[in-house]
Amino acid sequence: MAASGGEQTISGYIQHHLTNATVGEGFWTFHVDTLAWSLILGFVFILSFRAVAKKATTGVPGKWQACVELIVEFVDSTVKSTYHGKSPLIAPLALTIFVWVLLMNFMDLIPVDFLPSFAQFIGGLLGYDPAHVYMKVVPTTDVNMTFALSIGVFILMIFYSIKIKGFGGFMKELYAHPFNTPWLYWFNFILEVVSLVAKPLSLSLRLFGNLYAGELIFILIAGTIGLWQLPLHFLWAAFHLLVIPLQAFIFMMLTIVYLSLASEEH
Amino acid sequence: MNINATLLGELIAFIFFVWFCMKFVWPPIMGAIEERQQKIADGLAASERGEQDLELAQQKATDQLKEAKTQAAEIIEQAKKRGSQIVDEETQRGHSEREKIIAQGYSEVEAERNRAKEELRKQVATLAIAGAEKILEREINAAAQSDIVEKLVAEL
Repeated sequence: MAASGGEQTISGYIQHHLTNATVGEGFWTFHVDTLAWSLILGFVFILSFRAVAKKATTGVPGKWQACVELIVEFVDSTVKSTYHGKSPLIAPLALTIFVWVLLMNFMDLIPVDFLPSFAQFIGGLLGYDPAHVYMKVVPTTDVNMTFALSIGVFILMIFYSIKIKGFGGFMKELYAHPFNTPWLYWFNFILEVVSLVAKPLSLSLRLFGNLYAGELIFILIAGTIGLWQLPLHFLWAAFHLLVIPLQAFIFMMLTIVYLSLASEEH
Repeated sequence: MNINATLLGELIAFIFFVWFCMKFVWPPIMGAIEERQQKIADGLAASERGEQDLELAQQKATDQLKEAKTQAAEIIEQAKKRGSQIVDEETQRGHSEREKIIAQGYSEVEAERNRAKEELRKQVATLAIAGAEKILEREINAAAQSDIVEKLVAEL
């Protein structure tokens, strides 16, 4: 809380919460907290689903299997209604994105000081200055995380475009659209490249922006208004509870849409 | 907003998770779901078939029951007929037997009576002769007078 350090200011408190734990210099800096939490949650996802997959019964499913099957069927029906091609990758990709992003977003609902304070406590025990032990627990509030996801999707978009339409078809889509006259090809090209690049950019920044804003408001409530933060925290958490699955769903949905656009002839 | 090597790490993690999900998570779960759907569809079809079979069997059972009933009625009818026939026959036979026995009895009685009559006649003749002997107080040649006695006896 704000009262934990006497000389700590509100802006210092906020700043502290928005700083990643880092290792390395320059470009080769790693955000250890983002990496650690995203990997933990990713493994939570694949191992818990793998546990179901390993002993999936075709008879009466257990409760956890029923839950997993619910999510899988939801993703499957979403993919089937949007993506009409046949690809063994799209549905598992959508499932991974949905569940992983959902889990990472849910980290936002852990009270903002719990894990950072715990990290400071451990850091203090290990002999570090607690004021310089950082811990940012929501991986999706890190642009590196969201850009990694959207760049992965972007690579797949280009891969599917070239695979299905050929390199020529892919290029033709870039310059012969929307004005199909040779002297406007240069203009088309600029337009289409911008719209192509805007897709992963908007995809990642939408997720980042929503979660970063949500996190920031949690921090502001915690840092500025003392005891009154409790009902406000509750209110914001209740609202944020809608944002969290919505953003995960939007990310998944847009991934499917972009990939179906990439693999369809125009 | 600082892009750094974390992005590469996350990209690798992302690729790994997607690959793992595609290889080891999605196919078995989807397979189980589809197999169960198939099972349920089969089960529903089988239950429908069973229902039809049941209906057919019920129809058959009803038919057989009806047939059995008519047969039973026929048999009972026959038995009744045969029974009354037997009763008739027996009554007939009883009647004739009775007639026979009665007739036999009559004839026997008749014969007995005739015999007794004959006996009586003879005794009456003897008595009459004895009476006549006493009345006349004399010896009458029974043999000579027997024709008169005979006449007397016949008048009795």
